Amino acid sequence: MRAWVTRDPIDAGALLGAVGAPADGAALLFVGTVRDHNDGRPVVGVRYEAYVEMAERVLGQIAAEAAARLGTDRLVVVHRIGELAVGEASVAIAVSSPHRAEAFDACRFVIEEIKRRVPIWKEEHYAGDEAPRWLAGAIPPIPEARP
Amino acid sequence: MRIRLLFFALYRDLAGVPEMELETRPGATAATIVEELRRAGGGLARLPETPAVAVNREYAPLSTVLRDGDELAFLPPVAGG
Repeated sequence: MRAWVTRDPIDAGALLGAVGAPADGAALLFVGTVRDHNDGRPVVGVRYEAYVEMAERVLGQIAAEAAARLGTDRLVVVHRIGELAVGEASVAIAVSSPHRAEAFDACRFVIEEIKRRVPIWKEEHYAGDEAPRWLAGAIPPIPEARP
Repeated sequence: MRIRLLFFALYRDLAGVPEMELETRPGATAATIVEELRRAGGGLARLPETPAVAVNREYAPLSTVLRDGDELAFLPPVAGG
């Protein structure tokens, strides 16, 4: 199991190679990529920013929770930050398990939880002289105050 | 006591800096700091009344009492993935 943040391009093939075992009948790779449009307007690129130390910690917590659902520790997840062009991978998740249902479930869990609670932000860049814009995101779950 | 403040994304744009040190009274909570920043004016006057914060890299309620040397981060709604 491994979870990290990188400024380098993501090698999705290597990620898939990091999971898998003789006991596994399913290996899954999810790659999130930069779209050329959003909300009806053309996008030329994006910039991701992270609170890196905390993002890696939360990613690690998500990976551990996903591994519990998966029933194996064969799960790796990486999120890229910095300037990305259209088509580049921003996030990749690889998992493997004896049967496919747990692999699909764990993979889906990881990407949805990333969007919900990892401290990463996305600024979209547009063509021409339109100013870049921070995307409206999700309000992360905050623990209750302890009495 | 001294607190280290971190601002990210939209909140960094409001603050004009990614981080700053703040001298505050013992017993101050994260909410106390939010009030002070909003009252001080400038871009941070536009900080929401109840922003998400992390204390020492963990999400924390605004009622969290701060200690000397704590790292208080202001986190806009997240948009990874």
